Amino acid sequence: MQTTTVTEPHVKEHSQAAHADAHHHTETFISKYIFSLDHKTIGKQFLFLGMAWAVIGGLMSVVFRIQLGWPDETFPWLEKIFAAWFTDGKLNPEAYYSLVTMHGTIMVFFVLTASLSGTFANILIPLQIGARDMASPLMNAISFWLFFLASVVMFSSIFLPTGAASAGWTIYPPLSALPQASPGSGMGMTMWLIAMVIFIGSTLVGGLNYVSTVLNLRTRGMSMFRMPLTVWALFFTAIIGILSFPVLVSCCVLLIFDRGLGTSFYLSNIVIGGKALPFAGGSPILFQHLFWFLGHPEVYIVILPAMGMVSEILAVHSRKPIFGYKAMIFSILGITVLGFIVWAHHMYVTGMNPFIGSIFVLFTLLIAIPSAVKVFNWLTTLWRGNIRVNPPSMFAVGFVSMFISGGLTGIWLGNATIDIQLHDTYFVVAHFHIVMGIAAFFGMFAGIYHWFPRMFGRMMNDTMAYIHFAITFIGAYLIFWPMHFLGLAGVPRRYYTFNEFAAFSQYATLNKVITIAAIVVFLGQLIFVVNFIYSIFKGRKSVQNPWEANTLEWTSPIEGVHGNWNGDLPEVHRWPYDYSRNPNSDVDFIPQNVPLTEEEKKDYVHH
Amino acid sequence: MAEVLEIQEEHHFDPLTLPNNGEGGEESPMKISYGKTMMWYFLLSDAFTFSAFLIAYAAIRISQPWWPNPNSVFKGFPGFGPEANLPLGFVSVMTFVLILSSVAVVRAVQEGHRMNKKGVMIWMFFGILGGVAFLGCQAWEWNNLIHEGLRPFYNPFGPDANGLTHLVEEHQQWSPGPVAFGALFFGITGFHGFHVFTGVLLNVWGFVATSMGVFHRRGHYEMIEKLGLYWHFVDLVWVFVFLAFYLM
Repeated sequence: MQTTTVTEPHVKEHSQAAHADAHHHTETFISKYIFSLDHKTIGKQFLFLGMAWAVIGGLMSVVFRIQLGWPDETFPWLEKIFAAWFTDGKLNPEAYYSLVTMHGTIMVFFVLTASLSGTFANILIPLQIGARDMASPLMNAISFWLFFLASVVMFSSIFLPTGAASAGWTIYPPLSALPQASPGSGMGMTMWLIAMVIFIGSTLVGGLNYVSTVLNLRTRGMSMFRMPLTVWALFFTAIIGILSFPVLVSCCVLLIFDRGLGTSFYLSNIVIGGKALPFAGGSPILFQHLFWFLGHPEVYIVILPAMGMVSEILAVHSRKPIFGYKAMIFSILGITVLGFIVWAHHMYVTGMNPFIGSIFVLFTLLIAIPSAVKVFNWLTTLWRGNIRVNPPSMFAVGFVSMFISGGLTGIWLGNATIDIQLHDTYFVVAHFHIVMGIAAFFGMFAGIYHWFPRMFGRMMNDTMAYIHFAITFIGAYLIFWPMHFLGLAGVPRRYYTFNEFAAFSQYATLNKVITIAAIVVFLGQLIFVVNFIYSIFKGRKSVQNPWEANTLEWTSPIEGVHGNWNGDLPEVHRWPYDYSRNPNSDVDFIPQNVPLTEEEKKDYVHH
Repeated sequence: MAEVLEIQEEHHFDPLTLPNNGEGGEESPMKISYGKTMMWYFLLSDAFTFSAFLIAYAAIRISQPWWPNPNSVFKGFPGFGPEANLPLGFVSVMTFVLILSSVAVVRAVQEGHRMNKKGVMIWMFFGILGGVAFLGCQAWEWNNLIHEGLRPFYNPFGPDANGLTHLVEEHQQWSPGPVAFGALFFGITGFHGFHVFTGVLLNVWGFVATSMGVFHRRGHYEMIEKLGLYWHFVDLVWVFVFLAFYLM
């Protein structure tokens, strides 16, 4: 209640310092750590829940990779752990499909959408624009608890006797629409849909809050074009979410009607076991259009926050202004707009009109332009910089590497003619895992290593971080690079086993290599988890501004105070990238709240 | 409190000119408060939800060989019995009621700007009344169509409808129409009705809060403006739903 009045638009007479003090006494453990309204705590909650999901989602991929690596072997010891999924030491085909589906759903939505945006938008937006909290702290908390509720529903569905949803993370009908289609299409699918609708509520409430906070709560001097690129990226991410997720709501609602009310939105001419079902006139392609209208912007929801954080981190750790600040902003805008008009490139092989396909090819390839602008700007930011090698900068450079490797294959797949050959093969799996999966994870890791001292007042362990980086970087390429060749050879994705296919059985060894790399990478992530938990309690205490960065979050007391700043809010006088500005000075950074000197006033280019 | 109100009388209250950050930060580029920013973005979001439904409607409808003629489906009117033949008569009344309700809310917002608590209450009351009346009309129409056999999975309005005669061996044959008609009708008007219902609940809350003097003490009636935005949006969506189901 107290916190909401802080940001109430018309309350001017509040003395903030006295306010924060008065507030301190009324806090209980529950209001401070559990049902907290403080954006810093809510951000951490998103992070913890997201990490739990990432471990679950990663473990699932290990289980189904073991099936693909050793399709003929039996694993009695795995059966002891995951009894419901195994029969006679072998993974059940239904369980395999559930695992693939849930791995995709968890990683795309619960980790890389909710947790990535949720964590960093919460922690960084108010701190970097100089606000006491979010525009509506209550809605912010509701956003997290809706995510939590969605998580509970989705997690419970794993334990259903019929198994979790198994129609793929894209839940195409008729597989997802007919409960009799597969065991996972029954209750598992219903719970998937319920969880996702709650999840979208969380994204919407959170997104509205992020957008209005950025637009309305900037401190004095923080004009839009003085905001750090992280805030720009999170701002556009929130807008994409606000505009694309509602279409998934419509899409899911119609699917729920088809499942529950006997309507025929997505169903037509279906015969099961020689018996014709009464559905008529619907179109499964309609579902794909609606789904991908969300599904494609979704990949930018995943990657834009990572891009924003990497831009900030590269500038800080190469001690140089970001190259092309405005070009970075307008390329984010370009990606946002173009992201909405390319969805049908996921559907080249659905039999849609080739002329429409060619238009989607055009728009898809146009996205290469803003993406390339960003890549070149990152490289030119690093160029001749005074680079400080540390875990955040390593992961940020790793992000750029992954984004280039994965992005180039996107140009292949964006062409309808090549996509016809490569569609639904491991080439696609390799492409999107590198460009939006691994790259986004690298951005997230860079962000966590960089802002860990801001979140917990302590530093993470560097040695463990370097081991984590080496395993993840090399391992990720070992997993996904060979998949390109599998895909070029026509190996289809989502298959349970390739034993029966003479053409594909020659890749058995390669599949083993991929699986071993996947297991090692998964274990490597546990090093990160250990480092993370250890450092929260035992890490080296951080100084106020450990990276010597310019942005406002490092001027707020590192131990974290309610209302973010004691006394008045900082006033901003310059853009956030004044690094190595004065070659004669010992200090190579000038924080945003430092007033311009007389000399600077004369020749300061307005940023 | 009396002091606050006096100040507001001296300087005519206008939320647009106030800084949006309580401590005097940068202004929003849109020059509106955060609450209205949220409402506008929410409405954009909701517009996409409805657009998706209406595009689904269009996609399914154009894939059908024929579609029921709205003049022969929506021809009932309360009190005129099952034989009534008043094409689009009742839906015109419904639409008119909803638009009038929107006008009432416009007046409530205007009275809010004048800090006239009583005026806000009166016009909000009429706005709520219009919303409830619209929902009542929709309930009657749904009931009427269900009695005529329309279901989400079944549509009796087939080619025997006016203008869509289907001749088999010189005899007019009766056969069910495209099933999607019922599904789309109940799905989309239902989703719109759900919005109206939510809007009525929100407006009732706004009415109660006004009567308790919450907004008066706050010094502005911006909440009524935000409720008004939502209400007009629901009204606007109805125009498109009306166009899709009744006019085309």
